[in-house]
Amino acid sequence: MTDSESKVIQKPELPKSPNIKLHENSLSRTMIIAVFASLVVLTIYTLTHLDTAGVQINTAFRQLGTTLNQMFLQPNAGTDGVPLLLQALASSVILSILTTIIGAVFGFLFAVLASKNLTNAYLGATIRIIMAMVRAIPTIIWALIFSIVCGLGATAAILGLSFHSVAYLTKAYSESIEGIDESTIESLKVTGAKFWVVVFQAIWPTIVASFVSWTFIRLEINFANAIAVGAAAGAGGIGYQLFVASGMSFDFHETGFIVYLVVLVTFVLEFIAVKIRRFYLSR
Amino acid sequence: MQSPVKYLSHKGWHQTAIIAIIGGMYVFGSWILGFNNVDGLLAIPKAFSWLGINFKPTANSVTYLPRIWQKLMQTVLLAISSTVVAATVSIFVALLGSKVTGINGFVQTIVRGIASFFRNIPLVAWSMILLFSFKQSDFTGFLALLLMSIGYLIRAFMEIIEDEASETMLALKATGASYFQVIFQAVLPQILPSILSWILYMIENNVRDATLVGILTGTGIGFIFDIYYKSFRFDAAGMTVLAIIIVVIGLETISNQIRKVIL
Repeated sequence: MTDSESKVIQKPELPKSPNIKLHENSLSRTMIIAVFASLVVLTIYTLTHLDTAGVQINTAFRQLGTTLNQMFLQPNAGTDGVPLLLQALASSVILSILTTIIGAVFGFLFAVLASKNLTNAYLGATIRIIMAMVRAIPTIIWALIFSIVCGLGATAAILGLSFHSVAYLTKAYSESIEGIDESTIESLKVTGAKFWVVVFQAIWPTIVASFVSWTFIRLEINFANAIAVGAAAGAGGIGYQLFVASGMSFDFHETGFIVYLVVLVTFVLEFIAVKIRRFYLSR
Repeated sequence: MQSPVKYLSHKGWHQTAIIAIIGGMYVFGSWILGFNNVDGLLAIPKAFSWLGINFKPTANSVTYLPRIWQKLMQTVLLAISSTVVAATVSIFVALLGSKVTGINGFVQTIVRGIASFFRNIPLVAWSMILLFSFKQSDFTGFLALLLMSIGYLIRAFMEIIEDEASETMLALKATGASYFQVIFQAVLPQILPSILSWILYMIENNVRDATLVGILTGTGIGFIFDIYYKSFRFDAAGMTVLAIIIVVIGLETISNQIRKVIL
């Protein structure tokens, strides 16, 4: 049946189609390929010229395996004891919360002054350039600089972390402020509202959800930075305990315990962030 | 529906409560950590005048420049290579673990768990345990940055795949394309610009993080800053910071330009 049908029905001739280009050549495509290619070339160059200081890679990996085994499978509180570690952990958490609050307050203030749709161009540009420079210097270097002036301790760590937070949040907030629809601001301006009224009645309610998101992202970064500053600048907290356990007393069981504590805290922070973000987005 | 007056008074009360809670947290935190706000505030101008005097590059500090520059370039290359290797690993893992291209729920949960575990282990811990096995070498810094980046990139790539590729994927699936055809013809081309954007961000971030890794493991720019700083050669340390600023801002500008073209 089908055979006869196929004989009866003539197949239509295929129309001559022009060669279809699957990929259109565009600047964007060329750029992507060029950037990827150069990154891969740089990577291959670096990896082939990497200085391994004569370490036997095989032995080193086996040793790493032993260390990781001690860390993750047999964690214990070591000589410091649980109460001391928990206390150190709490002080790191408080440090990160404190610096995030400072960062959020000053960051919002500077962001309002730096946003292109709110202030004059010169003030905005000046703030943006200064913030870019502050941001370019790693947190750890800020903490080291302040530790000379204020001495080692909490004050240096707080100032160091705050500096970077303010600069980071200024950029993040001002980007969300610049994303606001111009008509929102205009409609309040025509009623004769003053600058700060516009800021708190038009801008603040519009960006509050992204404000909260960015602030919590920064809180997570600040917690990681608080550990780093504690370890490399001797500013105390769980980072210092981590540094001592892993770099001085080589107690990898304790290192593992501290790592588990830190991971637990970051999970809790992430959980809270998700909850609060959902609350603000649903309003 | 509430009356406007009631709504506004409720809103006012709500805001006051939030401000009070945050203010309370601040005061409590300062008290626990022994942070004297006045001293802290006064320290800022003091720090900057100290910086202005001590970190000012002198004629002598120019002699340090070739060495600083060499270490800095080494650090940038390390940041780039660790990011690229991490991205290569992450893209495959992300394909396995994302909700749209993933194999099954079990694998997805495991990938998510591993990614967030890797991301949250402090960089300090990675640096120190790697330093113990791999000694003071560039390879240690490379591995520490690599392990950290993998955690970040897996999560970022999974989110990109879920956000951007699901529609294209569906369209290609409807034509009867096989799994690998879908991945290579729809998903990867679609997400390539966003992936590149994330890689560029990660490189910038890794250059900054490399400073910390360097201080801890004795490699790259962090090491050289630490040496100058702790031996009180502040003019050289200032030069190092200046070089870091220039390179980081330079990288940021380049990647912003690239982003403008590709996105």
